[in-house]
Amino acid sequence: MQLFPCPFCGPRDETEFHYGGDAGNARPDGADVPIDRWADYLYLRSNPKGTAREIWVHMSCGEFFVMERDTLTHKVLSSTALGGEYAA
Amino acid sequence: MTASRLAAGGSAIDRSRPIRFSFDGASVDGFAGDTIASALLASDVVVVGRSFKYHRPRGIWGVGVEEPNALVDVGGPQATPNTRATTEPARDGLVAKSVNATPSALTDRNAFLDRFSRFIPAAFYYKTFMWPDWHMFEPRIRAMAGLGKVDTDWTSPGTPDQINHHCDMLVLGAGPAGLAAAKLAAGAGLSVTLVDDQPKPGGSLGHRAGEVDGKPAGVWIEETVAELAAGGHLVLPSTTAFGIYDHNLVGLNQRHLDGRPDTMWRVRPRHIVLATGAIERPLPFANNDLPGILSADAALVYLRRHAVLVGRRVVVATNNDSAYEAAAALAEAGADVTLVDIRRDGTPVAPAKVRLVKGRALASAKGRLRVEGVTLDDGSRLDADCVLVSGGWTPTIHLFGQARGKLAWSEARAAFLPGDPVDGISITGAAAGAVSLSEVFASSETAVASLGRTKAAAPRSTGVEATDGIVAAWPMPGSKGRIWIDYQNDVTVKDVELAARENFVSVEHLKRYTTLGMATDQGKTSNLPGLALMAGITGRTVPEVGTTTYRPPFTPVPLASFAGPRVGELMAPVRRLPLESVHRASGAVFQEYGGWLRPAHYGGRGADAERSIQDEAWRARQSVALFDGSTLGKIEVIGPKAAEFVDFLYYNTMSTLTPGRCRYGFMLSENGVVFDDGVLVRLDEHRFVVSCSSSHVTAVHARLEEWRQDRFGRDAVYIHNATSEMATLTVSGPNARKLLEKLELGLSLDDTDLPHMAIGHGSYAGDEVRIARVSFTGDRSYEISIRADRAEPLWAHLRQAGQAFDAVIIGLEALMILRAEKGFIVIGKDTDGTTLPHDLGSEGPRSKRQTEHVGRRSLLTEEASRSNRLQLVGLTVPSGEAPLPTGAHAIRRVDGKLKSQGFVTSSYQSPTLGRPVGLGLIERGAARHGETIEIQHLGKIRTATIAAPCAFDPAGERLNA
Repeated sequence: MQLFPCPFCGPRDETEFHYGGDAGNARPDGADVPIDRWADYLYLRSNPKGTAREIWVHMSCGEFFVMERDTLTHKVLSSTALGGEYAA
Repeated sequence: MTASRLAAGGSAIDRSRPIRFSFDGASVDGFAGDTIASALLASDVVVVGRSFKYHRPRGIWGVGVEEPNALVDVGGPQATPNTRATTEPARDGLVAKSVNATPSALTDRNAFLDRFSRFIPAAFYYKTFMWPDWHMFEPRIRAMAGLGKVDTDWTSPGTPDQINHHCDMLVLGAGPAGLAAAKLAAGAGLSVTLVDDQPKPGGSLGHRAGEVDGKPAGVWIEETVAELAAGGHLVLPSTTAFGIYDHNLVGLNQRHLDGRPDTMWRVRPRHIVLATGAIERPLPFANNDLPGILSADAALVYLRRHAVLVGRRVVVATNNDSAYEAAAALAEAGADVTLVDIRRDGTPVAPAKVRLVKGRALASAKGRLRVEGVTLDDGSRLDADCVLVSGGWTPTIHLFGQARGKLAWSEARAAFLPGDPVDGISITGAAAGAVSLSEVFASSETAVASLGRTKAAAPRSTGVEATDGIVAAWPMPGSKGRIWIDYQNDVTVKDVELAARENFVSVEHLKRYTTLGMATDQGKTSNLPGLALMAGITGRTVPEVGTTTYRPPFTPVPLASFAGPRVGELMAPVRRLPLESVHRASGAVFQEYGGWLRPAHYGGRGADAERSIQDEAWRARQSVALFDGSTLGKIEVIGPKAAEFVDFLYYNTMSTLTPGRCRYGFMLSENGVVFDDGVLVRLDEHRFVVSCSSSHVTAVHARLEEWRQDRFGRDAVYIHNATSEMATLTVSGPNARKLLEKLELGLSLDDTDLPHMAIGHGSYAGDEVRIARVSFTGDRSYEISIRADRAEPLWAHLRQAGQAFDAVIIGLEALMILRAEKGFIVIGKDTDGTTLPHDLGSEGPRSKRQTEHVGRRSLLTEEASRSNRLQLVGLTVPSGEAPLPTGAHAIRRVDGKLKSQGFVTSSYQSPTLGRPVGLGLIERGAARHGETIEIQHLGKIRTATIAAPCAFDPAGERLNA
């Protein structure tokens, strides 16, 4: 079982976390967003082999954060609270 | 008489405590400290099982977890199928039975199968039972297949414990390597946990010669363990590390000799030391599976620990030095020993009283139910009642492999050794390829050197040193006779050759085609010989063939250990209403709905459940009904951007809502699909309450949090899930207001002050109550929310006041009928994963809303505008017919074939209307009211007429009646 570092609570078992999608998958607003762009946002995932930047939520505290991890070795590289770019 | 118990000796047994157990119905005597295997050997029970496929007689091979043959089903409270006789402690009164044998291992009536062995090679079943249909053969083959039998009457003798454990260093294996590593780590100030699968620590030092720091090995072991215990370190005997998982989580299964269920440990060490030792391999020769052929090391263990001499006329065959100590010890104990060494040169000197034959290998063994003699490769014959073999040592690198450690092939050691290091894991001793005690201690010193300066003195070997000198003796292609590679799965040299001929040359294919290395022993003795043979057949080197992937568990682990206390009610705990006991006293029948345990109905008046439900639904329309709606979501959205926030989250514009009012709306997913529906309450300018579906509260809360944090920011909105803080009691029906007026809640219930879709604030017995006039029944309704812990007096008061109005308490089933009469939907029941809001008749926001909301763009696609979408409708059936089955498909005939054009989502008998009411999702349904269609269910076709969803009071007059 993996250990994920919640930026607020520290390292916890992976079962306390829920995956929230690719980090940086910015939402395009508007009724006139090109349909391909909207489909990318909804469905296309990068699924990288190696370093991945992902949004996770620590369900115990309810906080979302960005985690960088290696999908091959399962090594966790960093975890940071949502700030700046993700806040309004 | 061949195998026997010696009159003295045996470090593991306690001769003052005799025990008696039964094996295959016969009584077996032994001593405390025996395993089932050692006691069977002491009683000269040689045939202990039957092989998986050919039902060949099999005897004990090994002494631990590697045992491929001696599997037994143990009965009683500690019942375990397929457990190894070599690891199962013998207990007084234990009942053991051999597996895959009827009636007993000695007299198995399927033994004839061995005579047909040439017709049932590997993959026989795959190839033979294809025509006309595997399923024709399957039941009989399944009945014959498998080993032990599960005792289906077994119940757990208790709840298995599960323990989470943290330590600086976890040492796996308490042999010389593990003890040394633990001692050094403890001396460096680390907290140590030392684990061993045997009841007593010591590993190979428990039965092989050795002297440490000038003391006998046994003394050094006891001192070291005592020192660790005194230092507050944890020593766990009878405990197997079965897996290393992600981020070096280690799973341990601890057995208890006192009959308690096993304990599972989840250990998160900072560092792991693998001191797991090595496992002896067999040698290839014809009939090498006969009972009485054992691992040489196992024979030494049985002699030294259990005082069991495994034979009188013993042939020891070897390709390395390790068997010499066994040969010497058995000769010393009185056996007639011939040592056959494959090596011509460089062997150790022959031990005293042992005949040494150099440069010879065994060609075959003979015997029917037990070995009677051997033939050497020069044709000479030797009589024997027991043959001990050592084909070299396979380091136990399974856990290292599980941790994704790469292996490195050593030609000199004829084995895979650990390769590149893995973060947080050291590997030491025989598992790392060390042979002599000096090498073992040196490797342990290296393993812990990087973890800090130790104050403990490193142990020194002061006695005789073990040597290896192995010359590989792999099974060869084209060998004569039936040479077993995998005893447990009946895989011979010929089967591996067949796999190679049919191009299953990859080691993973070889495994699956022949079953080599499968089942309970996972090929601990067979994998390496098997892949070395495949290398020989295909002209590759052993590392080119490679190993199969190492996966947990290393040994079988009881499922009860994994489950731990999470069984029965604790497996999926339900959420409970604050008033549960009150409802039970009222005769409620409870069911689980979306994780909540709620009253389905209140039994009542001696009628059966269906009649009760009908009665509740009917009476609810007559006067007034009371309903516990406490599970309804109550998530507060608070803050300066709260209005903007709910606008974004809802399909409907919510910011225009006046404080004190409610509005019904949908929440969508980003793909436009309706995710939840419910009423939003605006308490004041910056404060809303999301009243979401009972089973969706957690998901809706998570979704609100995600958008809050991702889009709006922590300071803009605050979200508080108050669902379980408040109980919500609903009063619904034509007399709802009259009933409520009796309670004097301190607010005006006049319709101008508290109209439909408004909220009011009052108090009851000093506690604030919030009253929302929203309705899921279609009748005038009041939802009263109060502190959960003060709900009981209010509920009692409502019931007492209700007597004057013949009030009825209704359960969820009656409520489902009432809402279906009105065409009110339940998300996930009347909608599915493709339903968009306009499919449910809510077109307005889609065409008119100018502001952004979740799922907006998805409603403006070609797919969303498709003309033949499934749309919500009501369905009526011809007079006198029963309700439609929920899930039945609406069909259309196209070229004589039936095509689905939608399905029934809800269907009930309505007591008020005196006919069934139904809801469904039907293609273009909104434009087809009045059309009669066919409905199919389980081959039967009925008709139904499409109607508006609302079947009762379509003008909504009862809301204000």
